[in-house]
Amino acid sequence: MSKLSQFSRSLAIVKKDMLIFYLKGPVVIMGLLFPFFLFGAFLIGRDLSHAYLFVALIAMTAFFTSTAVGPTIIPWEARSKTFERLISSPISITTVLFGDMQASFYFGLIITSFISLTAIFLGIALNLLIFIPVVILALLTFSAMTILMSSYPPTDVPADVMMLSSLVKFTLLFISGIFVPLEKLPWYARAVSAISPLTYMVDALRYSVSMHGYFPLWLDLIAMLLFSLIFFFFGVVIHKRVLEKRFT
Amino acid sequence: MNIEIIKAEHLTKYYGDFLAVNDISFSVHKGEIFGFLGPNGAGKTTTIRMLTGILNPNSGRIEVFGMDMKKHKIEIRERTGIVPEMANPYIDLSAMRNLRLMGRLYGMKGREIEERSVELLKLFNLYEKKDTKVRGFSKGMKQRLSLAMAMLPDPELLFLDEPTSGLDVMSARLIKKIIREEQKKGKTIFMNTHNMQDANELCNRVAIINHGKLIAIDTPEKIKEIGAKSNVIEFSLSPFKFKEGIVDGRVEILGDKVKVYTAKVDETIKKIVNYAERENLKIVSLNVEKPSLEDVFMALVGEKNE
Ligand SMILES: Nc1ncnc2c1ncn2[C@@H]1O[C@H](COP(=O)(O)OP(=O)(O)OP(=O)(O)O)[C@@H](O)[C@H]1O
Ligand SMILES: [Mg+2]
Repeated sequence: MSKLSQFSRSLAIVKKDMLIFYLKGPVVIMGLLFPFFLFGAFLIGRDLSHAYLFVALIAMTAFFTSTAVGPTIIPWEARSKTFERLISSPISITTVLFGDMQASFYFGLIITSFISLTAIFLGIALNLLIFIPVVILALLTFSAMTILMSSYPPTDVPADVMMLSSLVKFTLLFISGIFVPLEKLPWYARAVSAISPLTYMVDALRYSVSMHGYFPLWLDLIAMLLFSLIFFFFGVVIHKRVLEKRFT
Repeated sequence: MNIEIIKAEHLTKYYGDFLAVNDISFSVHKGEIFGFLGPNGAGKTTTIRMLTGILNPNSGRIEVFGMDMKKHKIEIRERTGIVPEMANPYIDLSAMRNLRLMGRLYGMKGREIEERSVELLKLFNLYEKKDTKVRGFSKGMKQRLSLAMAMLPDPELLFLDEPTSGLDVMSARLIKKIIREEQKKGKTIFMNTHNMQDANELCNRVAIINHGKLIAIDTPEKIKEIGAKSNVIEFSLSPFKFKEGIVDGRVEILGDKVKVYTAKVDETIKKIVNYAERENLKIVSLNVEKPSLEDVFMALVGEKNE
């Protein structure tokens, strides 16, 4: 079976995910409303530069939107008994997961692109040559992360995965240099930050608004690339491994 | 023409320590309806999941269309339609969108998908509901749509896991009629069922599985012959009063009817008549029949159960 036809079949999965999951309540709440409330809370009573705010806004938006859809797709499919038919069609598990990952990615891309327009109102000189690749790479990383998130435990209760993935997401949010810049953190906190993919997005975004980053830009990009490959690879491996447990 | 479409050799499947399918081998020929028959928990669904490549057997080998399942899963599935047990269409999508999704997953072209979908929706009496979300469908409608989804790419081989279970007579009949028509077009059908009547009416050959073991595999007629040396004597007494041990052979008491499975027809009937006379009971009815598929099934499965 050619790679190309598997890719075009993954688009059928994307379309299905868009039609079914983009408008589900939890997705809208976790992916759209939540980051804005959080951002509002972050904003109140602070005197921060526009560039700094913009970076925080984009990072939170990209992070929450691209991780809103993904974690619950497979558990939801298992629960509503659609999963078995899906994986008995002529596509590989990898294709299914690649489709689900793209669905997360496009959701993030649409909303983040829209929110990026705030750069105009905030009067930010945005270097698009940096900004666009950084956002795309970051969205890919976070989307790939959702594949890993949905892989274990092999539950068919979407709320369980939702809870676990929220826990991970919030932990990452607070250690990623959005609220406190990396250079102001003690060394041990910085070491913890290094394990969060969000850290590298935030850092790279600073370059796009002509601020200084903590790591070199190339390192940020490579780190995100590696994270996305690792997330997807292990996500697929674990999904394959626990597949049998999803049929009871 | 005896082309082997499915060939299963020594399939064995464990769930943890539990042996669900125990070293079964069989083959299914082109153009036949092959029934896989067994009580709940016998291992039917597990077997179909192995044959469709969803579960890997712990040992054994599967060939479909002459290709090894391990190496050619995707190619095999391109030519196969599957209705899993209890699989639902997507309830948030319309019937038409469910069909389109299937078509895309099978790599069909847009036009082809539209035409074939309309044809199938009409065949399954779902055309008026084509743009309705499946959420509102009845069980029978969902099952008909499921079958339509499996048939969309016009596959050579269909796997159906209990296609008529839990459906009303109308839906079940429609589905059976369509299965027969598919066979006439030269398609091969593998179906799981625990409905004897379906198996008897539809299948060219049946395999009987119990506790993960194959215990018989043949045409329904031949399987009935396994029990042909025994006859079924069914009778009813009024007022009803009967105990095992009055006659020889296996006795089943069903309400106010008694079924006796025995080879000795003459002797048994005389015993029943004597008993009725002695106890002053009226014989309401008395029939001697060849065993049905169900009777044989019960005899085979019942034996192995103890
Ligand atoms: N995922 C699983 N984990 C553990 N045990 C399982 C699993 N799936 C099935 N079993 C067990 O394996 C045995 C065979 O199950 P299977 O579903 O194949 O039976 P079946 O013949 O299809 O039954 P039914 O007529 O009820 O559909 C059963 O005892 C069942 O409890
Ligand atoms: Mg079953």
